[in-house]
Amino acid sequence: MTTVDAGSEAIPAPESDPNAVSVTINGRTVEAHKGEWIIAAADRAGEYIPRFCYHPRMNSVGMCRQCLVEVEGPRGPMMVVSCMTPVAEGQVVRTDTPQVKRAQEGMIELLLANHPLDCPVCDKGGECPLQDQAFSHGPGESRFVEEKRHYEKPIPISEIVYLDRERCILCDRCTRFADDVAGDALIQFTQRGNNTQVMTFPDEPFASYFSGNTVQICPVGALTAKPFRFKARPWDLEQRESTCTTCSVGCRTVVQSSRDEIVRVQGVDSDPVNWGWLCDRGRFDFQSVNSGDRVLVPLVRRDGALATATWADALDEVATHLRGAGASTAILGGARGTNEDAFMWGRLADALGCTMRDAQLDDGLPAEVLAMPQATIDEACSAATVVLVAPDLKEELPVLHLRLRDAAMKKRIRIIEISAVETALTALAWRSVRCEPGTQPEAVAELLTDAAVMTQLASGSTVVVAGRANLAESASHTMSAVESLLAAAPAASVLPVLRRANVRGALSLGLAPRDGRDAATILHDAAEGRIECLVLLGSDPLSDVPDADLARRALAGARFVVSIDAFLSPSAAHADVVLPAAVAGEKDGTTTNLEGRVTGTAQKVTAPGTARTDWMIAAELAEMLGHDFGVATLVDVRRAMESGAPGWGEATSRLANDVDGVVVRRAPAAAHPVRRTAPGARNSHEFRLVLARKLYDSAIATRTSPALASLAPGAGIAVHPLDLERIGAVAGEPVRVVAGERAVVLPVSVSARVPRGTALSPFNQPGADIRELVRGTGALDVSIEVP
Amino acid sequence: MARLNDDNVRLAIETIARYPRPRSAMIPLLHLAQEQDGHVTNEAMAHIADLVGATPAEVWGTASFYEMFKFEAVGKYVVNICGTMSCALMGADELIHHAEERLGVHVGGTTPDGLFTLERAECQAACTEAPCLQVNYRYRFRVSTESFDSLVDDLRAGRLDGEIPAHGTLATVRQQIPAGRGVGAVAPESVVSNPDWFDGKAAL
Repeated sequence: MTTVDAGSEAIPAPESDPNAVSVTINGRTVEAHKGEWIIAAADRAGEYIPRFCYHPRMNSVGMCRQCLVEVEGPRGPMMVVSCMTPVAEGQVVRTDTPQVKRAQEGMIELLLANHPLDCPVCDKGGECPLQDQAFSHGPGESRFVEEKRHYEKPIPISEIVYLDRERCILCDRCTRFADDVAGDALIQFTQRGNNTQVMTFPDEPFASYFSGNTVQICPVGALTAKPFRFKARPWDLEQRESTCTTCSVGCRTVVQSSRDEIVRVQGVDSDPVNWGWLCDRGRFDFQSVNSGDRVLVPLVRRDGALATATWADALDEVATHLRGAGASTAILGGARGTNEDAFMWGRLADALGCTMRDAQLDDGLPAEVLAMPQATIDEACSAATVVLVAPDLKEELPVLHLRLRDAAMKKRIRIIEISAVETALTALAWRSVRCEPGTQPEAVAELLTDAAVMTQLASGSTVVVAGRANLAESASHTMSAVESLLAAAPAASVLPVLRRANVRGALSLGLAPRDGRDAATILHDAAEGRIECLVLLGSDPLSDVPDADLARRALAGARFVVSIDAFLSPSAAHADVVLPAAVAGEKDGTTTNLEGRVTGTAQKVTAPGTARTDWMIAAELAEMLGHDFGVATLVDVRRAMESGAPGWGEATSRLANDVDGVVVRRAPAAAHPVRRTAPGARNSHEFRLVLARKLYDSAIATRTSPALASLAPGAGIAVHPLDLERIGAVAGEPVRVVAGERAVVLPVSVSARVPRGTALSPFNQPGADIRELVRGTGALDVSIEVP
Repeated sequence: MARLNDDNVRLAIETIARYPRPRSAMIPLLHLAQEQDGHVTNEAMAHIADLVGATPAEVWGTASFYEMFKFEAVGKYVVNICGTMSCALMGADELIHHAEERLGVHVGGTTPDGLFTLERAECQAACTEAPCLQVNYRYRFRVSTESFDSLVDDLRAGRLDGEIPAHGTLATVRQQIPAGRGVGAVAPESVVSNPDWFDGKAAL
């Protein structure tokens, strides 16, 4: 099989480059552009130069010396490292002379001198650039007879990554990635000299959200990831290219399986999206697919308890209730499925005359954000100004964070941030404004009186990155702030950062609220007994709706609850019927990322038990209700989409050969003015709460992935050091967080990233649930008491 | 034995202000930490990382390159006996053997009383005076077994306290930085005028 190594993929040359130069490589003329490295030009020309440290998405360092080539100079041919020598007009490069061959063989011999050659027991064996290039460019023999260097091995450097220092060839790829790309300089070369080794600070693990990338780009078996260690040999793997559906960035992946079980997910370089990178959650939460906790057969509530049933009985039960409920059916969810799933459920809802649907759970932004002028990730990363009215992207959409970080580090964009607490991009922001939660509109108004800001906004394109930064406040504050920004910078566009994988596809393909009846309204209706049948399409209101009490009352108040889910989530456990669903990796389809890019997701393994895809369930229910959609296969669904979902139909038919997908920009059919909620005056409580997501939380896919399960930080509340002193609390000790009559007890911590008067609490974490305090108001004020 | 103490934090801040970028002060601050505790502790490295805006791993990566930074407790006197060519020819091996016997520790070890750490060093650039050694980087030339013994006796008795301070001591006098001579934390590209001590002198 082919090695999935972004390092071996060339970046396409820019078209019609005014800085074009032509060079000769092995006698062939190659068009390149000024500033490009010889190795990149050679890659494009199909002339492979062996390499270990060079990676097209990172700065060159010339560490490994394996890419030496000969360049004609004024005094004859000279050896240069092709990863650090730029092309020049008329340059003559040879990669195949005896001199080059000698250099390559010499380098391999030196690299192998201390390498343990334990390929038979090494996870990298079979897809190892060192092994491959030792065969293709090595001398075949070693003159080294001395004792090799020895280290303890392998040692865990984080919960996920193991390090084998004997195999390491010191190429600086992992350390460079951690430092330059991820911004988490937690691994370094230490003991430099004869014993140079990659190492963390003593007792401080390599706890980076991006640590899995270092394993993927390691050109030897020095870094291995726990979930794949000794699981399969690379040559036994089967793989299909797919799209990660952990969040809405839509990173391209290959899903690899062995014996019908997913064993690894690797990043694929998609130029407009992820550049080959993945976050650890996206890379390792495939483990949940193999979890023993999956729902395998339909469950129907009999005498108060869920009992196994046949599909026929379960569907019959659901169809009966849907028929009875008709227009008083509500559908919540759909953002975790494919476009095809959402489209078919939208059609079923239409057939039922159901207007109550929402792909979000009152935890994103109103669907109207999609009706604003839209930007792509690339447009954001090349804009003059990027305004963030968004959550900490490192926590919610990590790879988008990497892209914006890269653009800011290279000074291509200027970031203006409006946020209640510091984020991972604060240090790189041109302007970072701290505002009290719920006062984003006022902060924007004040910002727009700043002449320097106005000059900056007028200097070029502006992209507003808009998302729900605080689940304890109304989304309307964010929307107002975004609207004022759009009005102030007329050419501005919006990059909506809604978190769930296919939320944009689901909203656009029929699962957006109608007439402003969004999830909050639906849940209130359900709580008051006005919903006959509540369909939870892969959604879990009990875990995800910010107002925990509302979610509980809604599930209790709905007459009949159907859950279509892969796990018995807290909400599914309350349902009357649970239908087992196939998840990503088990079904073919397409997904739409946050910018509207439609890419394919692939089935690699068989769904466990009798789990089915969501669209099949919709089609079957429709048929039982007497609405024959004439859909039996995925091809049928796509054909139906061509007429029923303009844009998506064409997009899916063009996808076959396109790693980068197709951007479809269509707003949901029924855009509705956004309701405004004022944050309200501060009450006598001292702290205004920010309830924000962390990358690792109690989400089922994280909880059921052994590699990730222990990484959730746990419930708690963080305040400014001076506030902690004022309330007389001790960091790490429990405090009572009080809002009105309600209170929860949480451990308190201190963070200088939280301004005074604000408290920060992570959402959906193991431990006491702070959502008990949330009551769907404009903003949430709390007191913190020492018990 | 921990983070930098208050006096040293003051010195650290003063030192950081001498460099255009805070992390350039990393090495001087490591010396400060070593002077404070006799060796560089993990807590001190984490503290320095905080002070200069780096990660502890970056400080550790930098510090661990330098032979003269110690990360575990060493004796009050670090005795480096040169073992390279000239000294080896002039009897360094015998001297090292004698030192091991006399101090009762192997090379790399520290005496139980915490006074001496014995090390074998590479060339100390005193080949004409072989065999030579250094005690806390202060030379002793043409060392014989007898002169080694008397050196140990003198150190034990405190007769050399004036000449050889405890390991880690940077200097017995310290230059204070006058206000106005610190350049402060300014990125090189944003420096628009000369610092006031520059006074029109030509650039180097």
